[in-house]
Amino acid sequence: MKLPGTPSQTVGPFFTIGLSRLEKTVLAGPTVSGEKITIAGRVIDGEGKPVPDALLEIWQANSHGRYAHPEDGQSKPLDPGFQGFGRIGVDENGGFVFTTVKPGAVPGPDGKMQAPHIAVSIFARGLQLRLVTRIYFLEEAANADDYVLNLVEPARRATLIARKTSVAGALEWNVILQGDDETVFFDC
Amino acid sequence: MTNLRGYRRPAPGTQPKHLHPPYVSSITRAPSKPLVYIPHTLTEVTGPLFGKEAVDAKACDLTRQHSGEPLGERIIVSGRVLDEDARPIAHTLIEVWQANAAGRYLHKVDQHDAPLDPNFTGCGHTLTDDEGRYRFVTIRPGAYPWRNHQNAWRPAHIHFSLFGPAFATRLVTQMYFPGDALIPYDPIFNCTADEEARNRLISVFDWANTIPDHALGFRFDIILNGREATPMEK
Repeated sequence: MKLPGTPSQTVGPFFTIGLSRLEKTVLAGPTVSGEKITIAGRVIDGEGKPVPDALLEIWQANSHGRYAHPEDGQSKPLDPGFQGFGRIGVDENGGFVFTTVKPGAVPGPDGKMQAPHIAVSIFARGLQLRLVTRIYFLEEAANADDYVLNLVEPARRATLIARKTSVAGALEWNVILQGDDETVFFDC
Repeated sequence: MTNLRGYRRPAPGTQPKHLHPPYVSSITRAPSKPLVYIPHTLTEVTGPLFGKEAVDAKACDLTRQHSGEPLGERIIVSGRVLDEDARPIAHTLIEVWQANAAGRYLHKVDQHDAPLDPNFTGCGHTLTDDEGRYRFVTIRPGAYPWRNHQNAWRPAHIHFSLFGPAFATRLVTQMYFPGDALIPYDPIFNCTADEEARNRLISVFDWANTIPDHALGFRFDIILNGREATPMEK
């Protein structure tokens, strides 16, 4: 190693000036293959108050389990029109919603497939570094064997799993930044 | 997939901790439980890539987005984006945003009673070239007060957002200016424990990129996580 890395700094309260241009809350249009899902939730701080100045970024595989990136050498098909990137600002109540397709399974570090998941970065005033977490899916048989989920103590795994709602395809997943019900965040 | 090479993790102290109580907003927002260490999988070694189609070639000049010229000291901010092995990170997106010369952001939340500048929006973006180089034309942002503590002032700074080649290399940071008297008092600048590491956020006055009779130059190189030398262990 020749050069030391540049430290992270908070996005502060005014990041929409620079980051709104690439806002993307609809990751998959009508022509993209796969099960359409909508994930909605809120970002909540350690006092239970909504965080009105946070930003989520999404990175995910397509419905076949292939990332639109040159390092994914799998022979699964790419979907034209699906990048797998989303950027979603929260509203004044900390609320967010995005529409995508449920990702397929991708390979894991143990030679097995990982359970379907969406990688999430969270930026906000007060966060010096982004927080990294994942969204998994309820009633997914592969969750039991998922390498990353198994690194998390069982009692906290539910924070990573999107819940079903009364509306088909509409899922709920919240981000609790701090406290007893704190979302699991990864060192990654 | 056991042959994936992950990205390096930062040396202790060279990145901020999530909780830094002098920065008051971190107190109710920083995680209270330890982060869960995960290996880099295909998810983390891939990430969004943005090409020329995602970029407006004119967006690297923040002084030409309106009918007139913005007020303030015109500057050239340039540098290279490299990894820890000094390899250039080519064609990667950089997004920037900043206050105007009076220290005011064009944002509804900014209540500082300094004037807005009708000729300055304060946002820009660009792609690095084949050698990882980038260049912005802008104006030097002003310092501004904030409500973190009694008589708190942010030193002049420009926000930088970078993706790099993978989800694991995502970085948002701030660039400061050499000789700014407010830097030692700033809780956000000081949130990185290692002094050498945080001083890397201060740009260098850059004679070579100064344009005579027109603009001063500042150099800010950005170093993203490098690649592990060997495939990570199972």
